[in-house]
Amino acid sequence: MLRLEKLVKTYKTGDQALKAVDLDIPEGQVLALIGPSGAGKSTLIRCINRLVEPSSGQVYLGETELTGLSSGALRRERRRMGMIFQEYALVERLTVMENVLSGRLGYVGFWRSFLRKYPQKDVDEAFRLLDRVGLLEMADKRADELSGGQRQRVGICRALIQDPALLLVDEPTASLDPKTSRQIMRLICELCKERGLAAIINIHDVALAQMFVQRVIGLRFGAIEFDGPPDALTPDVLTTIYGEEDWEATIESVDEEDLEVAE
Amino acid sequence: MTTLDQKLGQPWKKPPFIQRAWLRWGLLLGFAAYLIAAFLTIEVNWSRVYEGLERGKQFILAFTSPDFVTRSGDIWEGMLESIIMTVAASVIGIAISIPIALGAARNVAPLPVYLICRSIIAISRALQEIIVAILLVAIFGFGPLAGFLTLSFATIGFLSKLLAEDIESMDRVQAEAIKASGASWLQWINYGVQPQVMPRLIGLSMYRIDINFRESAILGLVGAGGIGATLNTSFDRYEYDTAAAILLIIIVIVMALEYLSGIIRARVQ
Amino acid sequence: MPVHDWKGQKVWQLRTQRESLAHWVMWLVGVAIFAYCWQQISQATTWAFVWDAPRIAGDIWTRATPPRWEYITQLGEPIWDTLNIATMGTIISLILAVPVAFLAARNTTPSALFIRPIALLIIVSTRSINSLIWALLLIAIIGPGVFAGVIAIAIRSIGFCAKLLYEAIEEIDETQVEAITATGASRWQVMAYGIVPQILPAFAGIAVFRWDINIRESTVLGLVGAGGIGLQLSASLNILAWPQVALILLVILAAVVISEWVSAKVRGAII
Repeated sequence: MLRLEKLVKTYKTGDQALKAVDLDIPEGQVLALIGPSGAGKSTLIRCINRLVEPSSGQVYLGETELTGLSSGALRRERRRMGMIFQEYALVERLTVMENVLSGRLGYVGFWRSFLRKYPQKDVDEAFRLLDRVGLLEMADKRADELSGGQRQRVGICRALIQDPALLLVDEPTASLDPKTSRQIMRLICELCKERGLAAIINIHDVALAQMFVQRVIGLRFGAIEFDGPPDALTPDVLTTIYGEEDWEATIESVDEEDLEVAE
Repeated sequence: MTTLDQKLGQPWKKPPFIQRAWLRWGLLLGFAAYLIAAFLTIEVNWSRVYEGLERGKQFILAFTSPDFVTRSGDIWEGMLESIIMTVAASVIGIAISIPIALGAARNVAPLPVYLICRSIIAISRALQEIIVAILLVAIFGFGPLAGFLTLSFATIGFLSKLLAEDIESMDRVQAEAIKASGASWLQWINYGVQPQVMPRLIGLSMYRIDINFRESAILGLVGAGGIGATLNTSFDRYEYDTAAAILLIIIVIVMALEYLSGIIRARVQ
Repeated sequence: MPVHDWKGQKVWQLRTQRESLAHWVMWLVGVAIFAYCWQQISQATTWAFVWDAPRIAGDIWTRATPPRWEYITQLGEPIWDTLNIATMGTIISLILAVPVAFLAARNTTPSALFIRPIALLIIVSTRSINSLIWALLLIAIIGPGVFAGVIAIAIRSIGFCAKLLYEAIEEIDETQVEAITATGASRWQVMAYGIVPQILPAFAGIAVFRWDINIRESTVLGLVGAGGIGLQLSASLNILAWPQVALILLVILAAVVISEWVSAKVRGAII
């Protein structure tokens, strides 16, 4: 469904953020991208929808190659990739409803969006999504009145209303407390399952990643070091990704928590 | 409690900025009515404007060939006078502003002093430069002295107010630490207050020098010295190339001052 | 090191000797420049007039008081004109300042190499020149009257508004813009959804702030013939009708105070 071929990103400063990354993601697979800060996780995600222009290599979304697209065609393809951000990235001075509907911007014309005259179908879908994440009451509140967890839910709605085939999720839990983090991760994974979406979730919390995803990719210095199921993440593997550290504690605590969560 | 079923199929509208409908429409209608009234009462002599377009074009073209030479003597004298007024007025204005700013900061000055200093600031801010200049020219006669006094007076209102606000918002703990060491009032100001407000003082002073120069360019219109008189004459005689030259010099000096103040502010902060 | 030996004792000084020398030279040059400026001013001054100033000031005061209150009936229209000059000038300048600001802000300019310098040039040149000078210029071009005043205020305000606005644009949160871009929004939609909501409060604040300043400036535009209450002021000054001058000054003062009050209220309501 999504295929990266020899994707390279070299910044103007000369830093090589991605070194020829190859990756193939089948339909409906939820994948976690782990790795230390600066490993190129964010860059990788942003190179897929070209918020960051890759230096070379190809990105195939279905049959379409993205890196060579004109800006108009790129916008059409971006509609198929919903993105969820670390700091929620809601437009804080707009209402919750406007934020959700902004996910439809790629589908409606400028004046319609400017006058907030969205098709009824979009409005209904927005309400349905808000209801699904439990924020129906908040529709007319301004985004900056919401708590962190609530904002991230709105961010999820905005990504889903695009009717995407793929979710790009950049550190969805980095600004949240542990409990909310899990709720958000669970919500994202449930929604992916319901709608059969593939997702790349960029996350630094290894335990959380193991808990929810089917496949883990370990990134180090812009290259893939590990690719496998979550239970194959042994201390040795973590050491190759992150460097020397006592990993037993991390993994064990995961198991305990896993039981708790699994109920 | 609203449920999903109630919302589905319903149109959605962004909640209006002003909740009360009558107030929203009242404001909107009032503003529209004002605009219409204003449009109707502004008399525009369009034929005169049309004639003027040609002169406007000439003026813009004059910027491509400004004439610095023909009136170079007048320009030079006027510019020098403007600069002299700016420098002198800035020095005196800043020097007087500092004690007034201390007096106008509630955390430094006792109440009677505070009230006096605040009223000085209020008067200086309420009166415009050009009006002060008219009065001072009437009193002191034509020439740069009136301009110098005008600019000094205006500097006091501007600088004292902003500086006083800065003093009022300074870090109390630092100032108290100095007081606790047994410092006298002057020592306290010198060690506890001055270091905190110095960067802002320098930044504001640079900004005010910039404003003083720009203002000094118009004081000549009412006879208070500076380049304004030369500029006015060149407009009256339709000597657009000379006017363009003067305006260019003003713009260049203002740009240079802004650049300089940027460097100085970056260094003190 | 600002610590040096003096007769076997360590003496601490704030500055090294070279630094303190440079410091003194700087002060000396400063004082010399000021002395020169003062000497020039004093040369150009007729000191006899200055010594006579208190008497003249007293004279003017006695002539100007009491103000000629009944003259207020003739000031209605000039006050209305003054308000219009300020308001229309502000509106026109805002319409023009918005595109200039977007072209000047680093993160929205289409070309940092060609268009941004032009936008910055527009900002600096309209800002550097006082509205009275713009009025003089426009009167020479399109003739005296309220219209010249409106345009003068509008031009003068472009630079001011555009500068504050483009600084606000440069300070926006880029991730919000990124998020809107990622939905597949067009360039204009990104502007309307990602940027405009973020700068709207700043924009409203700037508009009201500039309107306040423009009320002040438009009261004196009449001195050069660009309409408003300044026309009456200059006419009264020409015939030395001091009681009328006194009344006009009071009216201007009131206008300034009221506009400052209104602008403070509105800004308080927005933020």
